[in-house]
Amino acid sequence: MGQKSFQLFPEAASTIAGQVDGLYAYLVLVSAFFSLLIAFLIVFFAIKYRKRGDEIPAPVDEHSIGGMLLEIVWSVIPLGLSMVMFAWGASIFFTESRPPADSMEIYVTGKQWMWKIQHNEGSREINELHIPVNRDIKLTLTSEDVIHDFYVPAFRTKTDVLPGKYTTEWFRPTKVGEYHIFCAEYCGTKHSGMIGTVYVLSQEDYNKWLGEGSGEGSMAEQGQALFNQLGCGNCHASLINKGNGRCPNLNGVFGTTVDLKDGSRVRADESYIRESVLYPQAKIVAGYDDIMPTFKGLITEDGLLKLVEYVKSLGNPNGTQTSVVPAATQTSATEPKTRQQDKTSPQAGSVPRNR
Amino acid sequence: MITAAPPVTPKKNYINATEGLKSWLLTVDHKRIGILYLLGVTFFFALGGLFAALIRLELATPAGDLVESNTYNKFFTMHGIIMVFLFLIPSIPAVLGNFLIPLMIGAKDVAFPRINLLSWYIYMTSGLFVLTSLFMGGVDTGWTFYTPFSSSYSNGYVVATGLGIFISGFSSILTGLNFIVTIHRMRAPGLTWFRLPLFVWAHYATSMIQILGTPVIAVTLLLLVLERGFHIGFFDPAYGGDPVLFQHMFWFYSHPAVYIMILPSMGVVTEIITTFSSKKPFGYTFIAFSSVAIAVFGFIVWGHHLFVSSQSVYAGMVFSILSYVVAIPSAIKVFNWTSTMYKGSVRVTTPMLYALGFIGLFTIGGLTGLFLACLGVDVHLTDTYFVIAHFHYVMVGGAIMGFLGGIHYWWPKIFGKMYNEGWSKLSAVVVFIGFNLTFFPQFLLGYMGMPRRYHVYPPEFQVLNVLSSAGASILGLGYLLPFCYLIWSLKYGPDAPPNPWGATTLEWTTSSPPPTENFEVTPVITQEAYTYAPEEVVHVG
Repeated sequence: MGQKSFQLFPEAASTIAGQVDGLYAYLVLVSAFFSLLIAFLIVFFAIKYRKRGDEIPAPVDEHSIGGMLLEIVWSVIPLGLSMVMFAWGASIFFTESRPPADSMEIYVTGKQWMWKIQHNEGSREINELHIPVNRDIKLTLTSEDVIHDFYVPAFRTKTDVLPGKYTTEWFRPTKVGEYHIFCAEYCGTKHSGMIGTVYVLSQEDYNKWLGEGSGEGSMAEQGQALFNQLGCGNCHASLINKGNGRCPNLNGVFGTTVDLKDGSRVRADESYIRESVLYPQAKIVAGYDDIMPTFKGLITEDGLLKLVEYVKSLGNPNGTQTSVVPAATQTSATEPKTRQQDKTSPQAGSVPRNR
Repeated sequence: MITAAPPVTPKKNYINATEGLKSWLLTVDHKRIGILYLLGVTFFFALGGLFAALIRLELATPAGDLVESNTYNKFFTMHGIIMVFLFLIPSIPAVLGNFLIPLMIGAKDVAFPRINLLSWYIYMTSGLFVLTSLFMGGVDTGWTFYTPFSSSYSNGYVVATGLGIFISGFSSILTGLNFIVTIHRMRAPGLTWFRLPLFVWAHYATSMIQILGTPVIAVTLLLLVLERGFHIGFFDPAYGGDPVLFQHMFWFYSHPAVYIMILPSMGVVTEIITTFSSKKPFGYTFIAFSSVAIAVFGFIVWGHHLFVSSQSVYAGMVFSILSYVVAIPSAIKVFNWTSTMYKGSVRVTTPMLYALGFIGLFTIGGLTGLFLACLGVDVHLTDTYFVIAHFHYVMVGGAIMGFLGGIHYWWPKIFGKMYNEGWSKLSAVVVFIGFNLTFFPQFLLGYMGMPRRYHVYPPEFQVLNVLSSAGASILGLGYLLPFCYLIWSLKYGPDAPPNPWGATTLEWTTSSPPPTENFEVTPVITQEAYTYAPEEVVHVG
């Protein structure tokens, strides 16, 4: 990438990039056609109908040259062409908004003015992102302060990185190489310094890079350490839970739909876990009381992501962590209706409810 | 060109009717208030332009070597705020609209002359707030004031600037209100809606946006000030707010505001093309109603600024399709303007050059808007230089070309003087070339991925940035030219006849400059605004 001193078109290094470029070509063609048409007509009319002498031409009767028909034609044709743009653009957008289910997950925290990146395996990097080629990569992003935006032009994709919220972005790199990461949402003094590099590596090189890992354990392991350190297990570990039912069991809760006290339901995704740690009173699970204290101010965004990753790993048969014993005895008649994960493990999706 | 004839006592007109500074500062004559606004917007245009020059100078090299990042961020913020709120929004309505709407409808003044003067004072007060914050050290939020940066993190003078914009909104609302009432209540006998000049239709639509949209930005800025000053949580998640809420509220006004900037310009261009084609505008009713359609649909497309801001995918789709719908009335206008020249008697004068330049640049500006309305492509392009290029094609290539075209077209009417044709044509050509050289490279930069608001950038973007900066210097020269020869014309230009262009609208039937009461006898209208039938042709001077 960046070594070239001059270029006119960005490199295309993801599966989406080709699709965006194709649609862009269509837009350029349509625009060039109409721009040139209008420019030609203006110049042509200005010359052909230039004023000669003092005579004023007889007024043109709009009806005689099909005025109404013309108005309809030049409204309907652009509308038709632009509806193609809409549909084509929407279909690409839909793909961009739906990360494939088996994507490799990476967590990104933006802060003034750096990108902190955490890999599931435990590696951490700053302003650099190492990923293997030809794998679907899903980023979960959040900000510690203002709004940022994670933009990789070579992948033709970006998404805003918001404080207090998780957003996602995914891509499938197709070319080994180095590409710019830009912060695309103005974030203060060193906004233009909030840049980095994506290193797309061959699977081999990626494995080698992983091997140099941090030695701090996987994100889930680090999350478990935090879980214990903050005393979450005092209530949420199901051995204790089993007796008093003070709080929901976390085993396998991730990805399920949870019934809430107010009768509504919520999907237990990353944002829900985050919110439940920081603002436990916001969504109380049906059958439980509002007794959990807030952990706001006690945990960083990076730490939260580790906790989320730990909760995700619970009850997952392939997960690194299964130390919390499943609440097998708490089978309930009002078991959640949808289970999006862990169909193999019968107890995993259940949220205990004691009434 | 100095007349050899012996001096004669000048006819009484609105300029020489009374004398002294006080007679201007306390005037309630819509024409004089238009001149006061012209002075104000010209000053702020020059100031905003100065910041643009500094931006382009800094971006000539990839490194941040001219100023520090903080200073650079203040440059583009002040450039945006001054140009949008203190120049573009008031420019055509408050100067040309103020001067011309009563003349075009055969009225003696606007409906509320004192409120008209009040709106100028409010505008100047808001300008003082912005200047004060500038002299105290400026503000670095970008003109969009996105939270929570603006409410909790910026160390610029956000409150002073925000209040300045808050105040300027009232000026805009009062002008819009005045125009709506004036157009409804003060038309001359026989002047039905479909006999109105299209300039008036365009201003009617603009005024609707001004009075409906401006209160929203006022509320938004007030909430921002409350959060910044008193930590009342609306937008910052740290206080329980939602940062994206601000963007919804901001763009609910600021997208329609784009039409406040461009619709009056479209009105100007319609008048110019009609006059210099000596022909009734093609599709009068389509041009008139497309203005109204733009004003109405403009209110329901704001979400296209938020495609990547975590807005729902389905909301994105709705806003995308609506954005395509709002593009159609603009397309209709472009086709109708072009068709107006068909079988006309076309004179390529200075105003016509500006108007034709407007059509070309606005067409490109509008078409590139289709790229940004397109979800899949916008994800790549949003917040890059492509967006910068797009809206400068609309606002500079469109709105300012229209403003300059209008100033040249009505200059003889406003000041009773003719300017030098050669110099003015040169200026139109220089502006057109300079503009394209400045902003076309930015489309390419944007697709390559250069983000906006970057003080320092990777070296592969330099060549296009140098082209852009070179273009900006030509563009600056192009804007300086009219400033010189127009002022020159005030003293040395030949006197203008009442109707130098052979136009048909009412303002050309009175003397140049018009008398204070506009018309000696209230005109009675018996025909459409644009009647060029051969038997009624008067010789064009």
